[in-house]
Amino acid sequence: MLILTCPYCGVQAEETELHPGGEAHLKRVGPDGDDAEFEGYLFARKNPKGVHFERWRHAYGCGKWFLAARDTATLQVFGTYSAQTPHPPAEIVSAIQASRPDWQPDWT
Amino acid sequence: MADAIATVTPVEGLGMITIRADLSRAGDAIAEAVGLAVPAVTRITSDGSRGLGWMSPDELLLVLPRQETAEALSMLEQALAGEHALIVDVSDARAAFDVTGPHAEDVIAKLCPADPTALPPDGLRRTRAAQTAAAFWRIEGGFRLIGFRSTADYLGLILRNAAIPGSRLAPR
Amino acid sequence: MTYTPPFRLAHGGRLIDRAFQVPFRFDGRHLRGVQGDTLASAMLANGQIMLGRSFKYHRPRGPLASGAEEPNALFGLGQGGRFEPNQRATTTALVPGMVLSSQNCWPSLDADIGAVNNWLSPMFPAGFYYKTFMQPRPFWKHVFEPIIRRSAGLGRAPKDRDPDMYEQAYGFADVVVIGGGIAGLTAAREAAEHGERVIVLEQNPVWGGRSPVDHRDGEAAIDALLADLRGRGNVTLRRNCMATGLYDHGYLLAREALADHDPDQGIPRQRLWRIRAGRIVTATGALERPLSFACNDVPGVMLASAVRDFISDYGVAPGQKIVVVTNNDDAYRTALTASDAGLDVVAIIDARVDVSGELPQAARARNIPILLGTGIAKVKGSRHVEGVALCDQSGDGTVSGGLDCDIVAMSGGWSPVVHLWSHCGGKLLWDEGRAMFRPDPERPPLGADGRGNVLAVGAANGDLRCAGDLERPEGATMPVWVMPRNAPYKLRSKMWLDFQNDVKVSDVELAAREGYASVEHTKRYTTLGMATDQGKVSNINGLAVLSKALDQPIPATGTTTFRPPYTPLTLATIAADARGEAFQPLRKTAMHGWHEKHGASWEPVGHWRRPYSYPRAGEDRHDAVNREIMAVRGGVGTLDASTLGKIIVKGPDAGRLMDMLYTNMMSNLAIGKCRYGLMCSENGFLMDDGVVARLSEDTWLCHTTTGGADRIHGHMEDWLQCEWWDWQVYTADLTEQYAQIAVAGPRARDLLERLPGSIDLSAGAFPFMTWKEGDIAGIPARIYRISFSGELSYEIAVPASRGLELWEKLHEVGSDLDITPYGTEAMHVMRAEKGFIMIGDETDGTIIPQDLGLNWAISKKKADYIGKRAQARGHMTDRSRWQLVGLESLDGRVLPDGAYAVDEGRNSNGQRKTQGRVTSSYHSPTLSRPIAMGLVRHGPDRMGQVLEFPLPSGEVMKARICDPVFFDKEGSRLNG
Repeated sequence: MLILTCPYCGVQAEETELHPGGEAHLKRVGPDGDDAEFEGYLFARKNPKGVHFERWRHAYGCGKWFLAARDTATLQVFGTYSAQTPHPPAEIVSAIQASRPDWQPDWT
Repeated sequence: MADAIATVTPVEGLGMITIRADLSRAGDAIAEAVGLAVPAVTRITSDGSRGLGWMSPDELLLVLPRQETAEALSMLEQALAGEHALIVDVSDARAAFDVTGPHAEDVIAKLCPADPTALPPDGLRRTRAAQTAAAFWRIEGGFRLIGFRSTADYLGLILRNAAIPGSRLAPR
Repeated sequence: MTYTPPFRLAHGGRLIDRAFQVPFRFDGRHLRGVQGDTLASAMLANGQIMLGRSFKYHRPRGPLASGAEEPNALFGLGQGGRFEPNQRATTTALVPGMVLSSQNCWPSLDADIGAVNNWLSPMFPAGFYYKTFMQPRPFWKHVFEPIIRRSAGLGRAPKDRDPDMYEQAYGFADVVVIGGGIAGLTAAREAAEHGERVIVLEQNPVWGGRSPVDHRDGEAAIDALLADLRGRGNVTLRRNCMATGLYDHGYLLAREALADHDPDQGIPRQRLWRIRAGRIVTATGALERPLSFACNDVPGVMLASAVRDFISDYGVAPGQKIVVVTNNDDAYRTALTASDAGLDVVAIIDARVDVSGELPQAARARNIPILLGTGIAKVKGSRHVEGVALCDQSGDGTVSGGLDCDIVAMSGGWSPVVHLWSHCGGKLLWDEGRAMFRPDPERPPLGADGRGNVLAVGAANGDLRCAGDLERPEGATMPVWVMPRNAPYKLRSKMWLDFQNDVKVSDVELAAREGYASVEHTKRYTTLGMATDQGKVSNINGLAVLSKALDQPIPATGTTTFRPPYTPLTLATIAADARGEAFQPLRKTAMHGWHEKHGASWEPVGHWRRPYSYPRAGEDRHDAVNREIMAVRGGVGTLDASTLGKIIVKGPDAGRLMDMLYTNMMSNLAIGKCRYGLMCSENGFLMDDGVVARLSEDTWLCHTTTGGADRIHGHMEDWLQCEWWDWQVYTADLTEQYAQIAVAGPRARDLLERLPGSIDLSAGAFPFMTWKEGDIAGIPARIYRISFSGELSYEIAVPASRGLELWEKLHEVGSDLDITPYGTEAMHVMRAEKGFIMIGDETDGTIIPQDLGLNWAISKKKADYIGKRAQARGHMTDRSRWQLVGLESLDGRVLPDGAYAVDEGRNSNGQRKTQGRVTSSYHSPTLSRPIAMGLVRHGPDRMGQVLEFPLPSGEVMKARICDPVFFDKEGSRLNG
């Protein structure tokens, strides 16, 4: 049972106080998107064994959504951060690379 | 043996107001309107009669005597006029219990996945109590725990169950 | 050789108090133990060595071990609601008045009919069930399955409600030490010295593990450590507390026995601890391995450590003439202990040829015969040991002699308890020198920070000297997986590996021959290490036999997966307080008590309880529904609508958000007005509906379905926080703040006008789909003129604390109008009469608003709303999607809910093709006929056509497609 620290209130919450929300940093595709773009947004989700970015809501706490960077295989948590970010911030990237030197961001 | 390990008392006559606003911008106005300092993150400020609790980065909960609710609502409305804010009376949406006695901590520890012994004197912890949302903070001799009105009977029951005689958590 | 008393020794027994006799009953016999006994020691003290029958062959079995690993000595314990099967005799403390019953035997332990399986055992090899119950196929249901069901399961399940109390608690610590033996207590002291908050969990009622029995100064060392730890404020010592499982990020479960089998204490029987630990130290010790020789399961063949435990701890002699058989020095301790207790140690049979350690020297000094390079060819006796036949360990089992004895104390070496370490990903390594799997310090379980958070210490880490006698170094253990080494099949088919599940050496070898190369497959095929054993007794010997059969080294075979719980946990402990009234939070409205008093028949809706109907004397709940509908249609009724979600959306960008949330336009709703709206998920499917009221320039109030309130509030916050975080909008879920009462029926206005109030309720001043604020009956209220029943209807929202007051006033002033409370079912029928859809009936997560004829509620003007893009996908715009219609049953019977309309032809599975289904179906008392709604392919274009609905009985019902609005299509009533 995971523990994640809510970046808004600093509470180290256990999994039962949280609500999972799937992959983070999705970019919404609206009415203008073509079928392929929309399919990618709505259905294609990453499911890596290893470093992953996820949405979690501190449901039984401050109610805020936040994002977590963690390893889905070892369950190591590299950090949690604000949901209002288009990409993981630099300190999260360096925390990941401190334990996974070969890991590279796949965004630009 | 025959005594419960803590006293569980439903609290009547409480008023509660939810305040949602940009606290960095509107904090001073709120503090002035309610007569309490804006609490730090996960804390509650109190003057003995009123408490102002931090609920989320843009949300405070004012707890006060029921009869002061209407006036406080209008004071807040005035203080935050022109500000993007939401001020709502939630007095009837909540149930509150006081858990007191030397082993009040044990009762909290049986129900909430949060360490009551680690709660600072002015701490406010939002969490769950068994299967329902709750928040608790310290009062004289124990804790005040609030939850939703519809689950008042459930909360009372699980709190009393957790306080049954002979069930202290100290090793036997 | 007879099995003779006295069984209780004249002296000794560090855990018992002979002054206090403890009476108990076993299979109807009245027996006595003493305070401090376990069930096992008490039974042995009474000369009862046969304690059970094995699961498969019903062979007589005595205790094998003295602790949690015991596979044989399982009893039914207690009576009535307190009856529990499979209670382990070696770890259950004897309590006065206990009632024990033997298991897996009929009619009695001594004369068990099922024992015929033993004589038939050559017919029950590994995989017997898989091989036998295959053919002929028709036999499975009526012959094989009933037989297997009758013989499956060990012990009988209690039928009555458990009257005991259970509870749970959360714990927090920097370090949790599991195991209160010398290694655990030492680790605890170390952590405590660093100022860390330490919890020590010990499964037994006594501290010390093996040290007090195995170490000359063990007891003193333990006492000194305990005294030190007890003096520290940062250490909690918890005994009777079994750590059952280790989980992610330092989470562990433990079961604390508070008043096991002692209900008179009036306290919770057990407590489940959910502990979050910064680090965990497993000091769980080691378990002794049996030796695999023929008939090693006869009562009286015990682990060497168990024999000395019964002597040292309980002053019980399992027998008078003891043979020790071993491959290591440690078992010599048993010989010395037995000899000290005045028992006859007939001989020590040691498989090794070179034995020179200090313990063997001590045995020699007492003239105990030691037979080197020797093994047991076979144990004699069936109900208890009568002697052993000896052989050369390196030979084929040719008998070289024999000894009379009544106990065989065996030791095949020790295996660290690696269960907890392994539960959460800790890996093992094979230590060839010590012939054991032990925790690999390089591959521990990981914490949230990615670093190892579990440390194994002492015997649990493979350091077997720890609990023993450090001044007397022990000689090396010689791996002995089969005794004798070249035993023929005849002997191997009598060597038990798993005593509980009756798995023998020959079974594992057969599995290997049949191609089961994976240890996990072999486990399931043979049942090796299943059930409560979980690899405790059987694991290593089984792996070694499998490895040899597969001709590969043991680490190549590996171990099976260790899974929690370490020992079984009763379901009551897991449920803890969550039972009876506290099973689930029951959400109650302000009027709940009134409904209850007035005979409400309840319907669960989420965690809420809503009145389904209010049956009166002589009515069933459906009669009541019909009466309530007629009362509303003919007069006036009240519905408790408090459970509907009520969410405030406020801010400069609130209108913008509302337009994204709903399919229709909400930003242009005039202040004071209401509008019905639909909410879709991003994949276009209808997720909720309800009436929206514009409260002010920047404030909207959204009503949601009862089940939707939390979810929809979360949905709103999700979009605000994660997508449109620059929009200035605040939301608040005020569902619980208000009680809401629907007053519906042609007399609704008449009724409300009888109450004093500030709101003009007349049709002109207060038209349909508007709301007003004011007070009624002296209570501040917001009244919405909205209708889900099709009648003239007002929904009145008042502060929850005043809800009951208003409800009672309405019933008081309306008594002469025959005011009738109505429940959810009347509401459902009335909305169906009107053709209104219901989320969850007409929708199932795959339905878009366009399917339901709700195009009028989908804005054509808006560039975007959540779900809009998805609804433009090809599958969603497909003209052949099933669409909402009404259905008229042709024969006057109500169509079954969910029935499918069949089409011509069959699909690829040979099933009839379908063209529609029933989504709502009721008897309409208003119309005195059945009504139904359904989704039908091209439905709206097929008015008047007849569909066929085959029923499970084979009968076919027919219904005609019609308009879904059955009643008051022009809406004159709700506009009244």
